[in-house]
Amino acid sequence: MRLAVIGAGAVGRSVVELAGEHGHEVVAVADSSSAVVADGANGPDGRTPGVDPDAVVARKAERGIVGDGDPEDALAADYDVLVEATPTTLGDADPGFSHVTRALERDRHAVLANKGPVAERFGDLRAAVADSAGEIRFEATVGGAIPAVSTVEDIEPGHVTAVRGVLNGTANFILTRMAAEGLDYDHVLAEAQDLGVAEADPSFDVDGTDAALKCVILANVLSFGAVDDPADAREFTLDDADVEGIRDVPGSTLRLAAEDGRTVRLIGEATGETVRVAPRLVPENGTLAVSGTQNIVQIETTHAGRLNISGRGAGGPETASAVLGDVGRLK
Amino acid sequence: MSDAPDGIDGRSDNVDDPTPDGGHAAATPSTHTVRLELVDEPGQLLAALHPIADNGGNLLSIYHERGNKTPRGRIPVEVDFEATQDRFEEIVDALRTEGVNVMQAGTERYAEEVTLLLFGHLIDTDLSDTLSRIEACESASVADVSLAAPQGTEEVSSARLRLEARAGETETALAAVRELADEKELRLVEPLTGVEA
Repeated sequence: MRLAVIGAGAVGRSVVELAGEHGHEVVAVADSSSAVVADGANGPDGRTPGVDPDAVVARKAERGIVGDGDPEDALAADYDVLVEATPTTLGDADPGFSHVTRALERDRHAVLANKGPVAERFGDLRAAVADSAGEIRFEATVGGAIPAVSTVEDIEPGHVTAVRGVLNGTANFILTRMAAEGLDYDHVLAEAQDLGVAEADPSFDVDGTDAALKCVILANVLSFGAVDDPADAREFTLDDADVEGIRDVPGSTLRLAAEDGRTVRLIGEATGETVRVAPRLVPENGTLAVSGTQNIVQIETTHAGRLNISGRGAGGPETASAVLGDVGRLK
Repeated sequence: MSDAPDGIDGRSDNVDDPTPDGGHAAATPSTHTVRLELVDEPGQLLAALHPIADNGGNLLSIYHERGNKTPRGRIPVEVDFEATQDRFEEIVDALRTEGVNVMQAGTERYAEEVTLLLFGHLIDTDLSDTLSRIEACESASVADVSLAAPQGTEEVSSARLRLEARAGETETALAAVRELADEKELRLVEPLTGVEA
């Protein structure tokens, strides 16, 4: 497959670097201000030779740009799959949403690592897919390397009653450290920021928004997947989620939990009807009490019992693996 | 599924139970526990066991708490047995017909236990009022409370509550606590009920 990678953050760069190993070719890369598009004319047999991944990554590191072209050039390039890896935006979910719909209008596929369009405008995306020969996939938007969406699809959404889990590594790291060391939130947050586990503004993670977006996406998968006619499906957005974060959980709460063999985790739950994210009491050695930045997805099924998949929920190469897995599923 | 530590399975007829060990049909015997209150006289225990055996219950264990008396001066006895749901109900009826005082029978009283955490200004918002209002809720009773107020009573403190809920009413009990927490601006950390496997 020929890929146009839009967004050159950790995920976009890793997709550029790892595409070759997965048998794909990157023909265009764009960040917010620049682009590089492979010059097809120089390719053997009229085939584009693809852009040089190392050169793209080096230019981004040294000069902050991926090439000398305009981002518009990458969107207009001759690709099979557009990889949308720009930062998540809420509301109209642009520019990510427009990047995806423009690919679909050209009957190309789109693979998203950006949560915005699938969390905030799932119905609009489904409508665009219905009018296109292209498809969309978005495994990388939920749980990084964990195959959450594709597992739900394999089981079939109509046979999945709920999906829950730990879907934010930053919040999980903070809760794990608070419980293990008896430290307060502010101390552990500063530590996480020094380690690069938490961002300078950690609101998105510690207020539960990031986990909620992932649950909203899963709720959309369950809701749309369970009906024949998309018009019958309930569409979820962040506004439909009941969200509580971990910001004000005191150390004493974790100590009381530990005295009783339990701990607190920020748990997200999605069904076809509800989305809820909140700190919850779980057994200390239970399946859901993953530690550090680990994530876990627990899928409750009608006929196949309960499935648990844990692993790395974030990171460039991890998320890029999910993106490239999606590319591999497209025909 | 049911969070019953004493093996009371009030939902043994739930064929939709998605757990791997679930899906018992109504005809499958499950383990039940009854707590009886016996007068301290010879022959009382045997008289209490007859209705169980006679109605198809398979006795598993008998715990005769001789040292421990109920406020009425009687002896509590805990009996575990296997029976189908239908037979279980017949057994409880038969015990009562025989005049045996059944304190707790399987699904009747507090069969489910639920632990939750509250944090916030627990003391300022009158913790004892909070507890008595939970207690006043029909579905549950407060079995145990632990409080941690490391920064004094005027700062944020935490409490761990163990509630005993009637079978199938854990969700109702939690909803009552949720409402109370909202009203008092306390944060509630709910357990993931029905998930602890």
